Amino acid sequence: MIPLTDFLVVSAALFCTGLFIVLTKRNAILVLIGIEFMLNAANLNLVAFGKYDRLANGGQIFTLFSITLAAATTAVALAIILNLYKRYKTIDPSKTDHLKD
Amino acid sequence: MTMVKALFYLMGFIAVASGLYVAASRNLVRSVFMFFVTLMALAGLYVLASADFVAITQIVVYVGGILVLIIFAFMLSGRESLAGLQQQESRFISINKLSAVLLAALFFILMLNILLKTDPDHLQWVQKAVSEKNMVKSGDATVNNLGINLMSHYLLPFEVVSILLLMALVGAAHISRKEKSL
Repeated sequence: MIPLTDFLVVSAALFCTGLFIVLTKRNAILVLIGIEFMLNAANLNLVAFGKYDRLANGGQIFTLFSITLAAATTAVALAIILNLYKRYKTIDPSKTDHLKD
Repeated sequence: MTMVKALFYLMGFIAVASGLYVAASRNLVRSVFMFFVTLMALAGLYVLASADFVAITQIVVYVGGILVLIIFAFMLSGRESLAGLQQQESRFISINKLSAVLLAALFFILMLNILLKTDPDHLQWVQKAVSEKNMVKSGDATVNNLGINLMSHYLLPFEVVSILLLMALVGAAHISRKEKSL
């Protein structure tokens, strides 16, 4: 029986790693990976708490939803990043600072 | 029992350590593959939380889908994203990363503080679930119950998510199509 606190500590560490990646990386794809880290930390929390809900299975089902949504997010975000590369020839978020030509 | 605990700490360590490697590495391709290791370790953690179906979904969707997409985007976004950014400063903590390190560390301390104060193992509803035997035991097969719930109790969110997924995929295809003038 693994205590809930341990799950939450691991997921807090993952979340902060994701936060650090989002703040420091100079590549839009790595920023996206940082966001995935944060999403996964939230999923880990949902699964850990979902253990105490055997009948309704709320935690696990919402984790499934959030994995699906993460897939959709990634597809759209990567399409946007590729478009960005086509226009600016760079995917450094700090260099792409024009909203319109 | 102790075996499960040891596995849990091993998986948690792998997840956090590979996450830190992703954050610290300069080589972008290597950090993407380390992200793969993190996702696998997370799937292991899901198994240890007795959510086997979620673990399989994590492997199929994340590793099979998202990671392949990310690697595709890497390959398509040119050589300079692969090699050009490598000369940026190598140290994990440098002056212009200091604020990010501070923010992440302080946030971690804050969350640790809060979750140690709430003491999640003795929350009221958790205790209630334990006393009513409403918790998943290690040998339980949860997939049946998950399917029934998904098709009865959570049918509306399920359908909404399916429509949203369709919209997102059509939108992604529309955004990334070839434009004639550009």
